[in-house]
Amino acid sequence: MKIAITATGPSLDDQVEARFGRTPYYLFIDTETMEFEAIQNPNVAAGGGAGIQSAQLMADNDVKYVLTGNCGPNASRVFGSAGVKLIVGVTGIARQAVEKFKAGALVVSGQANVASHFGMGGGQGMGGGGGRGMGAGRNRRS
Amino acid sequence: MKEIVVISGKGGTGKTSIVAAFAALAGKKVLADCDVDAADLHLVLNPRIEHREDFSGGKKSKVLEDKCIACNRCIEECRFDAIHYPVLGNGKTADTPWINPIFCEGCGVCVRVCPADAISFEPAVNGEWYTSSTNYGPMIHARLGMAEGNSGKLVTQIRQKARDIAGRDDIDYIIIDGSPGIGCPVIASITGADLVLVVTEPTLSGQHDLLRVAQLTSHFRIPTIVCVNKWDLNPDLTEQIEGEAKEHGVKPAGRIRYDNAITEAQIMKTSVVEYTGGAVSGDIKAVWQNVLYALG
Amino acid sequence: MKLAIASGKGGTGKTTIATNLALTLDDKGMEVQLLDCDVEEPNCHIFLKPKIESTAPVTVLIPKVIEEKCTGCGVCAEVCEYSAIAVIKGKVLIFPELCHGCGACKLFCPENAFIEVPREVGIIEEGKASGISFTHGFLNIGELMSPAVIDEVKKAAGDKEIVILDSPPGTSCPVIAAVKDADFVLLVTEPTPFGLNDLELAVGMARELKLPFAVAINRSDVGNEDVKEYCRREKIEIVLEIPNDRRIAEAYSRGEMVIHALPEYQKTFETCWEKIIDLHQNMMQAEQQEKTATES
Repeated sequence: MKIAITATGPSLDDQVEARFGRTPYYLFIDTETMEFEAIQNPNVAAGGGAGIQSAQLMADNDVKYVLTGNCGPNASRVFGSAGVKLIVGVTGIARQAVEKFKAGALVVSGQANVASHFGMGGGQGMGGGGGRGMGAGRNRRS
Repeated sequence: MKEIVVISGKGGTGKTSIVAAFAALAGKKVLADCDVDAADLHLVLNPRIEHREDFSGGKKSKVLEDKCIACNRCIEECRFDAIHYPVLGNGKTADTPWINPIFCEGCGVCVRVCPADAISFEPAVNGEWYTSSTNYGPMIHARLGMAEGNSGKLVTQIRQKARDIAGRDDIDYIIIDGSPGIGCPVIASITGADLVLVVTEPTLSGQHDLLRVAQLTSHFRIPTIVCVNKWDLNPDLTEQIEGEAKEHGVKPAGRIRYDNAITEAQIMKTSVVEYTGGAVSGDIKAVWQNVLYALG
Repeated sequence: MKLAIASGKGGTGKTTIATNLALTLDDKGMEVQLLDCDVEEPNCHIFLKPKIESTAPVTVLIPKVIEEKCTGCGVCAEVCEYSAIAVIKGKVLIFPELCHGCGACKLFCPENAFIEVPREVGIIEEGKASGISFTHGFLNIGELMSPAVIDEVKKAAGDKEIVILDSPPGTSCPVIAAVKDADFVLLVTEPTPFGLNDLELAVGMARELKLPFAVAINRSDVGNEDVKEYCRREKIEIVLEIPNDRRIAEAYSRGEMVIHALPEYQKTFETCWEKIIDLHQNMMQAEQQEKTATES
């Protein structure tokens, strides 16, 4: 099965990126073989509607599940239409997150977990990492 | 690494002066001026620009005069009244239309209806952003052209750069001078930050605007504290504002008294805490301690 | 005479000047209309306490797809520069908050499958404050189209001899929407480095829009002479100076009008108005002469 995860870098050993629409990379992963393809997010510097564009990219690539930190309502609506299932609140190393997903430890949310940033002339990531720095699993040096 | 954003519902509450004071008080830090529409922090911190980069908020249309056949299709379809025939210096009307970049929304309709392929559609450079060094540490700031609607995008870029530098150099704090208001750029300034400090004044408008800001930060689940600047102008209202803030989960971070030293420091191009050892500096130091406490 | 009150940044005293000037002229028996165009943070009503007589929604047109006609070809999504339309599995999804109302989808749809329907983005309220005709607007939280609400507020401008507009702060799109067709712009600033920096941006905007303007300096005795020096150099008239009077700040904090709390300031606002009228007439005459010169 093909899933996608947002990542800070182009490998499975990179961190899960908290923002869906503005993530630097999407990793498309075959969960059976763990083979993956990393693509740079073409919408990272889009003026507005990055979430929508990126969600469309997931649909076009026939992704069944999307794993990310935060996702806004616009992207979520596209997923709903396209039949892509959304899992938010994912943190840590991408590979471990995929393993957790395979073990059934991640739950589909079915909806956005952060408010839309619509109407700001664009420029911000959908969700923008609404919970960043507060959750566990971050490299916090305190 | 902790990211602290200083914002104010309404402009002119002393936000930037407080950020400058924090710059002098904090340990290792990166400073970011995300108040891109009225950037002022550089006037106090005197940055030395080391690197500059163009910013484009989006595409804009432009008539290619040699290709234009003056059919007026673009004028008919433009909903923003951005296209007209300009009157030239000699009092005559031009032969081809002109697209006013101030009113062009970059929708591309004119480009697509033009039968002569006579309208270009390119990213318009409408600002610059800088990586600089200051006596207090690295600073990221920007200069945005007028009528640029996409300041949220610029804010996002500035914050990303500040994070990159903080990560690279093992820096403890990112201190952000956020935008006023509750709109586009301020949301881009605060999402994902560790703490928001709201600077307000004891006025009816300050009170009104603080509540809107509190709604915004609770919406994004960002811990928020509030300090009342010039609190002694209206002690009763200060009391009331702090009380209402608490009801919205916003804890008080201290009060700063009305003191012209804040303006005087600005004129001397320095931070208040370096300018005077007076009571107002004590107030701001106490607010900074509360910021550290709130960060945990 | 349509006078817009603007400033490069918030908190300089725009609203104080707009409301007190309006009331001063009203007290003198002139017909005055006040339009609060700061639809993101309208504050004039806090001071003027108008009696609201009517309320109306502000709408913008957004596209709606007629499903029977739609073939799911995806052209609408392709031509939308704002990503406000996505076509997923042949079904059109419209994201109204991202729509700028450019009409591209409707114009380029090969099946003619779009109609446009109104969507509410804010409200306007009209009423009376003393003899002043008063209008303000509120942008709904989270909405983008503040120019639409501003335009609606401005449509309320009647045939009163004096129309005063309180503009939003800054130099971005909403400000331009507010000031673009004013007869004269009063730029409010403070005599500080921040004030000067932001004034320069505002002057740049007024010049770009070819609007006649003058400067008002609030808290005129707090800072240094740089703003005045700048105005001298640039040949900009200063038509109003309000001193740094703590009693003004206190009255403001209570939501009181300056001219009520401190009647001696009524004269200050009267003089300001006379200067603006003189300046405006002189500029009109100069323009007329120039025109005659080029024609002959």
